[in-house]
Amino acid sequence: MNETIPLIRTENLTMRFGGVVANDNITFSLREMELRCLIGPNGAGKSTFFKSLTGQQIPTSGSISFRGQPIAGKLPHQIARMGIGIKTQVPNVFNGLSVREHFWLAARRKSMPKELIRTVDEILDLTRLGDVADRIVGTLSHGQRQWVEIGTVLAAKPELILLDEPAAGMTDEETFRTADIIRDINRTRAIVVVEHDMAFIRQIAKTVTVFHQGRVLMEDTVDAVLADQRVRDIYLGKKVAA
Amino acid sequence: MTKNTALLAQLAALVVVIVLIALVPGYFEIFTVMQLTLFASMAVLALSLAFIWGFGGILSFGQTAFFGLGAYAYAVAAINFQDSTPAIACAILVPALFAVALGYFTFYGRISDVYFGVITLTVTLILFNVANSTSGQEYHIGDAQLGGFNGMPAVPTFNAPFDPSTPLYPEQGWYVTAGALVAVYILLRVLLAGRFGRIVVAVKENETRASLLGYDPRLIKLVAFTIGGAIAGLAGALYVNWGAFISPNAFSLSLSAEIIIWVTVGGLGTLIGPVIGAVLIEYIVSSIGSQQVVNANLVLGAVLLFFVLLLRRGLVPSLQLVVVELWHRARRAPRPKAEPSAAATPAGSK
Ligand SMILES: Nc1ncnc2c1ncn2[C@@H]1O[C@H](COP(=O)(O)OP(=O)(O)OP(=O)(O)O)[C@@H](O)[C@H]1O
Ligand SMILES: [Mg+2]
Repeated sequence: MNETIPLIRTENLTMRFGGVVANDNITFSLREMELRCLIGPNGAGKSTFFKSLTGQQIPTSGSISFRGQPIAGKLPHQIARMGIGIKTQVPNVFNGLSVREHFWLAARRKSMPKELIRTVDEILDLTRLGDVADRIVGTLSHGQRQWVEIGTVLAAKPELILLDEPAAGMTDEETFRTADIIRDINRTRAIVVVEHDMAFIRQIAKTVTVFHQGRVLMEDTVDAVLADQRVRDIYLGKKVAA
Repeated sequence: MTKNTALLAQLAALVVVIVLIALVPGYFEIFTVMQLTLFASMAVLALSLAFIWGFGGILSFGQTAFFGLGAYAYAVAAINFQDSTPAIACAILVPALFAVALGYFTFYGRISDVYFGVITLTVTLILFNVANSTSGQEYHIGDAQLGGFNGMPAVPTFNAPFDPSTPLYPEQGWYVTAGALVAVYILLRVLLAGRFGRIVVAVKENETRASLLGYDPRLIKLVAFTIGGAIAGLAGALYVNWGAFISPNAFSLSLSAEIIIWVTVGGLGTLIGPVIGAVLIEYIVSSIGSQQVVNANLVLGAVLLFFVLLLRRGLVPSLQLVVVELWHRARRAPRPKAEPSAAATPAGSK
């Protein structure tokens, strides 16, 4: 891969909903295999940004390119096939299908038939859902469904993984494990994680981008960001202190 | 292990069904055989909606559009070719192509579910009116006069494959119709058990998630809708073969509504349920039809109300729930073999 071409790059990306400017001129770029955390208070525009990247909505203006190829205006399934996977903030699973079927559906696009079963088993192990592999996902607990969605995203083996609040509703132990898994996956794949949990951010982050009112407030190392007065102000000092 | 036993049980059930089909002409009078033939063709129609609605999540209020098109395509082709073999192919192809066109505009045009319902309903109405207004001599396709509201009488019925000189007897017509029902059922079961089936259900369950995994929901729905159209068209040909006659009533909205009732009563999300629903309700309707005390539509309405209000899941899924519950209870209960010996010891010591 050409080192100078970013994996994903947005230029002046803007998304308006009527009078609300959810994303305002966002210029963002991510290298191959990079792990980035995206933080910002509620309504900062993080999920909106992810939706534009995955084609769930068409940005009002600006451009997005994936390895130099423009993707703005492409449909979600086309972008997914290019290699971008997302765990959405509002859980998106197939309630009537089993856990195994989720991983199978996700994996079969990229895995050869022989690998396929192995990939599914690996993801079942990783998400610790082996015991409920054949259960219908609609009957599982919220936490388990969260893992189903994470596993589904991983099974598809995307080049870029977007995780919108993956640890929401998880226990501390599970959150810790999620961070571990993320670091592990990051050895081969690029990941962008949106999280509010600062302990989690500290555990995984190298570079952090801060969104505020639809704009990029700052982008720096985790220590520099968490020490910044503006960041402390928008979070009211609560979570950063923790 | 359990999967294998389930598969064996299903194969056994299939053998039983085939044997029953073979026995019907020997046991029943010709009138009953004919009536069963009609029910079987309606059951094929039920399967078309059972598939697209129950598994594809596509509720078409106009499944009769494809049924009627299939019936007319069969009639026109059979009259022109004087051979039912290519006519049956036409009855499948014409509605399938129509479904491709209609599905393309609606699914690729991102029409919402509600409007999709309205559009399918409207298309059916339009076809009904078109068929109704073809009474003049000038409305003919080749040798086939369309006949307007009078329909087309004396349509050639099925003959042996590529052999118009050997028409089928009503008993053979029964074998073909019941055989088509079994074949369509098996085809759908195989389809649903495979890759495509899981993808169809995934799109039904969550279009957003499916597309985020790289599946194009529009294409998947279009394929499912087309398969449904083809099956409904085949049902149309089977229906014409039963009566040797077709009229614009094949496009009627009341039949469209009836199909939805069959599926609801039998159980949405199953294949066998709608088949049972179709046969049961058509049987009830035809029994009521022969006397004048109660109105058939009234009874249909009452049946639908009962199911929507009290047995929402429909017959087959409700029955499945009961069986599963009983099975779990039976498993939780102590083993019958261990019990007598355990009970025998204290009884003997007394
Ligand atoms: N479909 C929409 N229609 C109208 N407004 C929207 C829509 N989606 C998002 N918004 C608005 O855009 C702004 C950014 O929302 P977004 O969901 O991107 O925030 P976020 O950073 O993900 O917040 P959170 O941390 O609460 O998830 C909010 O003001 C929100 O109300
Ligand atoms: Mg959000």
